[in-house]
Amino acid sequence: MDITNLTFLFYGYSAGWIIITLFVLMLVARGRKIDGELARLKALVEDRER
Amino acid sequence: MREKATYLLALLAAVVMIGNLHTIFTQLPDEAMQGAVYRIIFVHVPAAINADIFFTIALVTAILFLATKKFIYDSVTVACVEVGAMLTLFNLVTGSIWGRNQWGIWWAWDLRMTGQLMCFLLYMGYLLVRPAISEPTQRATMSSIVAIFAYADIPLVLMAIRLPNVRTQHPGPVLETGGMAPAFRGPFAIGILAMFLISAALVLVRLHQETAQREIDSLRREVHAR
Repeated sequence: MDITNLTFLFYGYSAGWIIITLFVLMLVARGRKIDGELARLKALVEDRER
Repeated sequence: MREKATYLLALLAAVVMIGNLHTIFTQLPDEAMQGAVYRIIFVHVPAAINADIFFTIALVTAILFLATKKFIYDSVTVACVEVGAMLTLFNLVTGSIWGRNQWGIWWAWDLRMTGQLMCFLLYMGYLLVRPAISEPTQRATMSSIVAIFAYADIPLVLMAIRLPNVRTQHPGPVLETGGMAPAFRGPFAIGILAMFLISAALVLVRLHQETAQREIDSLRREVHAR
């Protein structure tokens, strides 16, 4: 097996999975922010209803 | 229920992808001219095909939003565009790395590659337009128009390697011309399926977030109204 080609194969797959992983991490961070904001607003509305 | 469906889809995607990668790396022989690096095609092309699938769904839902003004269509559009843009970036980066090895250059300004870069930039434009408009109906309307406009680039990218008088650095079509070895076709098709399952799971997560964001906007209006 050509070692140069193997190196670039590694670069290609690594870059691809890094892009997907970063996207997933971005989604997780956004999800946490949204959940926190939703809980805060729901508590605020309930407080005002009392 | 929806969360469980998303997790199941993600699990199925992981199983299909890992199984396919096992086949690609342990059972397929090296390609005669390229050696091992040709294996990038099993993720590079599926990423592009799935990006086009999700951009097409985004086009349909953008038109449906403009016709009905139902916000669910806008949510589907933004979820599909975001995942499609990520897949386009995946396609551009993996293609560039393959090109550096096979052509000796990272990039060529030919019609196919430039068209794909334009596609990425146009949909990034869509994602940048959204936060700039605060009123929900106006935001959804403007971004739907941008999504429809951005789609005009997709046929150009698809046709770039099929036009008779256009010379491109990018390889010509291999699927419809029978240029792919029979042993590679199965893993290639499963690669498209695996990438679709991963992308669909991500679209569902993003769609759920967009629904929650609309609930936040509605609660904010309620709080301010009191």
